[in-house]
Amino acid sequence: MIESASPWVHETARIAAIRQELPDVWTYDLELADPARQAAYRFRPGQFNMLYLPGVGESAISISADPGQRGPVAHTVRRAGNVTQALGRLGVGETLGLRGPFGSSWPLDQALGRHVVLVAGGIGLAPLRPAIYQLLARRERLKTLTLLAGARSPDLLLFAGELESWRRAGLQVEVTVDRASADWQGHVGVVTLLLDRLELTEPAETLLLTCGPEVMMRYTVQSALRRGIPPGNVWLSTERNMQCAIGFCGHCQLGPVFICREGPVFDWPRISPWLFVEGL
Amino acid sequence: MMDGQLDIVPQEEGPHDAVLWSRADLQSLISGLISQGYEVIGPRLDQEAIVYGPIQDVGDLPAGWTDRQDPGLYRLERRADDRLFGYVVGPHSWKKYLFPPLTTLSIAERNATGWQMMRPDEPIPRYAFLGVRACELAALRIQDRVFLEGAYVDPVYAERRARALIIAVNCTQAAATCFCTSMQTGPECRDGFDLALTETDAGFTVAVGSDRGAELLSLVPGRTATTPEREVARHARRKTVEQIQRRLDPDGLRDLLLGNLEHPRWSEVAQRCLSCTNCTQVCPTCFCSSVAEVAELTGDRVSRERRWDSCFNLDFSYMNGGLVRPDIRSRYRQWLTHKLGSWHDQFGSSGCVGCGRCITWCPVGIDLVEEVRALRGEVPS
Repeated sequence: MIESASPWVHETARIAAIRQELPDVWTYDLELADPARQAAYRFRPGQFNMLYLPGVGESAISISADPGQRGPVAHTVRRAGNVTQALGRLGVGETLGLRGPFGSSWPLDQALGRHVVLVAGGIGLAPLRPAIYQLLARRERLKTLTLLAGARSPDLLLFAGELESWRRAGLQVEVTVDRASADWQGHVGVVTLLLDRLELTEPAETLLLTCGPEVMMRYTVQSALRRGIPPGNVWLSTERNMQCAIGFCGHCQLGPVFICREGPVFDWPRISPWLFVEGL
Repeated sequence: MMDGQLDIVPQEEGPHDAVLWSRADLQSLISGLISQGYEVIGPRLDQEAIVYGPIQDVGDLPAGWTDRQDPGLYRLERRADDRLFGYVVGPHSWKKYLFPPLTTLSIAERNATGWQMMRPDEPIPRYAFLGVRACELAALRIQDRVFLEGAYVDPVYAERRARALIIAVNCTQAAATCFCTSMQTGPECRDGFDLALTETDAGFTVAVGSDRGAELLSLVPGRTATTPEREVARHARRKTVEQIQRRLDPDGLRDLLLGNLEHPRWSEVAQRCLSCTNCTQVCPTCFCSSVAEVAELTGDRVSRERRWDSCFNLDFSYMNGGLVRPDIRSRYRQWLTHKLGSWHDQFGSSGCVGCGRCITWCPVGIDLVEEVRALRGEVPS
């Protein structure tokens, strides 16, 4: 066996903690087994890692951690496919493979001095969470900071336990659900309705970041543009069949871009010619 | 292409033809390379086609054979002479050696501390490719850009490529499916080789393209080619240019393809395309792959094996329980718009070298040149 660096070869990562977020969503705090590699590990908000379970396969998973914190790195996973189901059978202390971080990141340097609106649908809040941490860390250099989060029902709202601390730190949070429960006092309806109603005092000076189902992002972009947010200020996190994460396997192409290489985060002008073309 | 003259690639006096080799000299080269530890790969008759495989002897080469190609048609035929390289390109390309159809990328082993991942400890082959055509040199350059010149380097390709010796052969005839002149990749070998041969009745004139090529020439010196011998070789190369009749206008292809994603021709070609993946398997530049887990019975040792994949495979675009490209229309569109269009955005060149393999090996004879004409509105849909 040789130890030369190959972008195909995973590092060993150990599960430091597991938290159940929702009935089918779990957060895994992972740390690299090699302490020097762990100490040197950095990522930018919006990037992803490839998590590997030998014998099962690999899956692209959003990093949901605070980029400013050292130590184990949080990954929030919805149990859906083979890899994420198998991950659910692992316990604290067990190992898996990790490659990354990969991909583009949220343009947080463009947030300074501006209003920032984050629009999240379901698990789409996970790749936005690192951006929330970083934006709150520089909150005094922003104008308004708003999170519009949609969930299918009140009990399926991701990171619900953190919303209060985010509010205290200066994040205006609006939540809406598709189906209300008997005790739900908040909004009901799709998250884009919240955006339609949101007061935008300076749309030209507003940055909008969104992640969620494609149909949700489609209406979010339409609403944002209608409200006067410049197209170049609208950023989306996209998804395709990312298998290698390094631009070699070809699966995640969308027109001229590799989602793994140029994405997953794009500004609207860059991705708009391709994102909603049927079958592309 | 616009004035019809660009088709003829200018035939400058290159580095060609200073030396003449006999067939015995070629044998000396092959033997010499083998004794230096090279695995010599070249054209051989197999499976009723001329394909690439191991060569030990000049006698392994398909002497006296040629190929006839048309859309959906490939036939071997006897030649009137016993030329060794008197044909064009077959279904194989050199990518099967540099980007192998099946490769182990990594190995995971479980011990007391958990999983450890590592590269497989395999000997890296040292290939000498004999008979690389000009369009194939261009294809190697294109795969170099994919696997070596981006943010990441594919170690499998890189190690094989760096060790490979390239002995090119100039085409002295063309097939009806060839359009390298349109893509400006041939038929003459201009660079990217260690040695380049031109076969004539007198033997092989030899061009040196690198220091390694010059070293080989000192191993097999041959003799100085006479002026008439050089002239015959030059004429043979020029004649090939004139034989190439198929034309693909490369101007503005990227915008044509990406600007016509809803053109009715995509539905029309989808009626004929079988989505069989042949075009992507024979294409010397197609690089898509998938990785499979191969576990030993104990489950404590697992290999990750990369296999060629194709954008024509149904599950290629699988995402979140569905398929992004569920119909042949979208899959053919993906292939052609990528090959001729978005490849420019991704890698700074076309993904097509004009070798014509996808035309020949399409079981229903779909001709991408014709498809482009239809998208341009030059033939009725």
